[in-house]
Formats: sequence, C-alpha cells, structure tokens
Amino acid sequence: MSAAERLRSNPGAVCALAIIVALISLALVGPLFNPNNIESLDWAHVAAEPGVIGAHWFGTDRLGRDLFARTLEGTRVSLAVGLAASAISLGVGISYGAVAGYVGGRTDHLMMRFIEVLSGLPLIFFVIFLTVIFGRSQYLLFLTIGAVGWLTMARIVRGQTLSIRQREFIEAAVASGAGSARIIFKHVIPNLLGPVIVYATLTVPQIILFESFLSFLGLGVQEPHSSLGTLIAEGAGEMEAAPWILVVPGSFLALLLLCMNILGDGLRDALDVKER
Amino acid sequence: MTPALTIEKLAVQFPQRTGTIFAVREASLSVQAAECVGIVGESGSGKTQIFMAAMGLLAAAARTDGSVRFEGREILGSPPAELNRIRGSKLTMVFQDPMTSLTPHLRIGIQLAEVLVSHSQMSWHDAERAALRILERVRVPEPKRRLRQYPHELSGGMRQRVMIGMSLLCEPSLLIADEPTTALDVTVQAHIIDLFRAMREELRMAIVLISHDLGVVAGLADRIIVMYGGRVVESGRARHILQRAEHPYTAGLLKCIPDLKGPRLERMPSLAGQAPSPCSIERGCAFAARCPRADARCRVERPLLREFPAAAHQVACHFPLSS
Repeated sequence: MSAAERLRSNPGAVCALAIIVALISLALVGPLFNPNNIESLDWAHVAAEPGVIGAHWFGTDRLGRDLFARTLEGTRVSLAVGLAASAISLGVGISYGAVAGYVGGRTDHLMMRFIEVLSGLPLIFFVIFLTVIFGRSQYLLFLTIGAVGWLTMARIVRGQTLSIRQREFIEAAVASGAGSARIIFKHVIPNLLGPVIVYATLTVPQIILFESFLSFLGLGVQEPHSSLGTLIAEGAGEMEAAPWILVVPGSFLALLLLCMNILGDGLRDALDVKER
Repeated sequence: MTPALTIEKLAVQFPQRTGTIFAVREASLSVQAAECVGIVGESGSGKTQIFMAAMGLLAAAARTDGSVRFEGREILGSPPAELNRIRGSKLTMVFQDPMTSLTPHLRIGIQLAEVLVSHSQMSWHDAERAALRILERVRVPEPKRRLRQYPHELSGGMRQRVMIGMSLLCEPSLLIADEPTTALDVTVQAHIIDLFRAMREELRMAIVLISHDLGVVAGLADRIIVMYGGRVVESGRARHILQRAEHPYTAGLLKCIPDLKGPRLERMPSLAGQAPSPCSIERGCAFAARCPRADARCRVERPLLREFPAAAHQVACHFPLSS
C-alpha cells in the first residue's frame, strides 16, 4: 500500500483533512458571499447576537463590526502565519539538524553551539528589534517566527540523525559509494519524517498562539486586520456580556488545531513504513 | 597480472582513554583476480576490520598503518570522494545482516537503480531495467513485483539476494562478503552459497568470504586465510588447510565442526580457553595460552609467518603439526 492509500484508510485523518480543507475554502471563498467587510461599522447593531440580525450571521463585536467577516480574515491570517512559519522552520531546521548530526565531530559542535547562542537570546527583544528595523509587516512576522521556530526542530532532527547514522543501511549506502549529500537527503531525512511530522503538527498551533501573543503586544497583526489570536483576545474582554465574540473565533481555532493534530497523527502512521 | 587486492602490513588501532585496542596488529594478504579467498577467525580476530579499512568504513577514531592497494592503486586513507568512485562499482561489499542493510523507506527498485545512476550516469529508466535483470540473475522470484516492494515485505534470504544483486550491479572486480549467511537459517544459507558459486563463474570476479564458519568457507574458497589475535596465522590452498592444517589453532577449529556420521558426542567439541584481548600487549605467540603444543619458547618469541611445509602454504607457528 502506498502512503496515500494508508492515509485514506484512516477515517479520523480523512475527516480531519476534509474539515481543514473546508475551513480553508470557507476562509478564502466566504467573503464573496458576505455583504459586510471587516471594517464597516454597523452602529445600529453593536454587539449583536448571532443569527438575530439577518445580515450578521455570527453577530457583531462591540464596535458593530461583522464577526463573520473578521473571523474568516483571522483564520486566513492565522493559517498563513502558521503554515509559512512552520515551513521555514521545517526547511531550515531539518537541513541544519541533519547536516550537523550526520557530519558530526567539530562541525556538529560548532553548529550546535550556534543554536545555543541563538536560543539564549530573548525572543521578544529579537522580535522588537526586527520590527523596529524593518517596520511591521505580515511577511516579517512569518520570517521572525520561522527564524525562532527552527531551533528546536534542528535539535530534534540532529538527535534522530545521530541514531540513524549508526544504522547498518547507512553503512551499506556508504559502501555502495553514495556521497554525504545523497545519504543525508535520500537515506537519512526520509527516515526522520515520523518525529518531524509529529513535531510540526505541534508547531503550527504553537505558532498560531505565539502570533496572537505578538499581536496582543502590538508587534503582529494590527487593527483593522485580525487574526484568530487578536479576535480571541478581544472576545475575552467581553466574555460575560457577549460570549459569542469569544466563542466564534475560539471554536474556529480549536477546530483547526484539533484537526491538524489528528491529521498529523494519521500522516505519521501513513508515512512510517516500518511500524505496521 | 596485478592482484585485485594487496594488503601489506596493515594495522588498525582504536585509541581509547583506557588504552589502545589493536583490532588488526599486522596483516598482509593478497587476492588475485577471479580468485575466491576465505577469511576465517573467531570474533575479535580482526577479520572484518581489515576489509572495513580497505573500504574506508572504519569508525572515525580508527588509526591505520600499512598499505591497501586495489588493482595496483593505493586506497588506504583516500578521501571519501575518491573512494566513492570505486566502492559500490568495482569494489563492493555484502553485509552480515540483510534485515537492516536496506534502507527501509525506499522501494527495492529505487535502491538498486540508485547505485547505477550514481556510478554510471545511467538514466533512471535504464537503471530500473538493469535492476530487473540483476534480480533475475540472483534468482529472485517474481522480480518485477519485487522492484515495487519495500524491504520489509521481503524475507531474509530474499533481502540477502537483493543485497548481493546490488553489489553485482556494476560488475565489480572484487566482492567482499562479510559473514553473508550468518543471519540466515541453514537451508537459506546453502542457497546463498550456491548463488555465490554461480555468480563467481558467470562474472569472473574475485570474492573475499569472511566467516567464522569453516564449513561455509570450505564449499567456496580456493584459498583460506586463518586469522587469530589480529594476525594471519595460516594461509594456503583450501584443500591443504582443510586436510592438512599445520597451525594448531586451525586444527582446533576443524575439530570443532560437528560430524553427522561420527559417534554421538556428549559435549560439542570446542577450543579451550578464550581468545586474547585485543587490548593486551603481545608477548610471544597469541595462541600459546590455549595451544596443546606450546612450550616456553612460544611464550616469549612470536612466530613469524613462513612457508611450511611447501610453497603456497604459510604458517606462523614454531611447532607446526607435521614437524
């Protein structure tokens, strides 16, 4: 059975994938059907409950802005930040960790010390520093979060590589005349996919939460734009009077994270050839 | 004609904090083109490390001395990029455990084709066709289906056939087989030995067969080299070694082969005592402590390898059996 077939035979993972796809398409296509945009204020209906006023399906916030429009934009931004930053941290972290672990010796030593120096830097200071230099933008947010996220990934990958390097099939590959680059990218990295995918599915939610934290401090997404994190922060303040302002973006986030975790688990099972 | 492999005064050491491990103390041997040489010895006799040194597969901490020439060219200590041109193509190796020597997430066909693509700039398409032919050649049933399978879907014997096929892809001039049948059960073992014999005749390549099992070596080798304590103690034509061993250690090994036809023994015959520690400082003959023929001289003076009783038969013993 191929990996895709194995994934298809896992009902949980298929459901999770379907929900993620549905949420993404809703976030992309939904605004076309919504007469309200994220900025327009409806003074007649401030903090309206969902479903009561026909035009505002998910209700409005305390400024009378349409919650449906804002939640969809938040989902878009959060997903974009989560996926882009994870992609950066995956790409950099895997290559860096695999090279350090496979080459070993002094190279490994230097590369790991560099990581330790970086992870010693205070994160917030680092982000403020970059924001001051380059100004605020979403792309910078991707880069800064990614630039910080790869450190742990590199460590995990290096540890796994150290143990894979001892395996006999690596020795056999060396004996068959394969060069280091070929061995790292063809024989080592694919064997890391299990732990890496599990860690990546944990990283996406972490990054989404970190983004909302930065936005809360005024370093990330700014009004009138929204992310799920900023919406939740906003809703938390109105929790008693208007719970839906918290519940709507909160359930989007929870559903998204739950599905990503289930999908990640399913992917790990499907991609791991040995453990069946 | 240049020999396929010439090893001269090779020493392999592993310096450690607690003292140096002398894996190979000093070994010289040569393998002629199209010849099959069996290397026999206990665990720790250094038989594997000699060839790991030749392949450039020693652990990073290893120190080597001496010379290893492959088809006349010095290869000991060559940089990996240079070694990669010959290993896997002209000089190949089959490992002991086929269960762990194939990369688990790659299909058999890809693993085989990869060797050809990297060594002969063949296209993937041609390489897969060559992979199919080699599987037929090493008698893998249903070779077409195997190419699409993963290693875990194959039995141990089948995987060893794939490993052998992989080592034959580029038509090597020397194949080193390190205990190729130890991890397999006895009937599969016999098939694999048959396969080696057939391949050797079809491809006219030299084979080095490393084993602790004289029975495996006896069926295949033209020449047998016996190792003990990191040195060669006896070498000669297979027939001579098996019938008229001169070194007491070789004779002891031969006695340990159980005989199905003989009387049923209460205990399996075995060599008394233990192999010498590779960490120890040598004094005299390494086998003296276990040797029934040893006397005071053996304990102080190390016997040198000399021709006895005739040319082409060498033994390192002060008191060979026929003296």
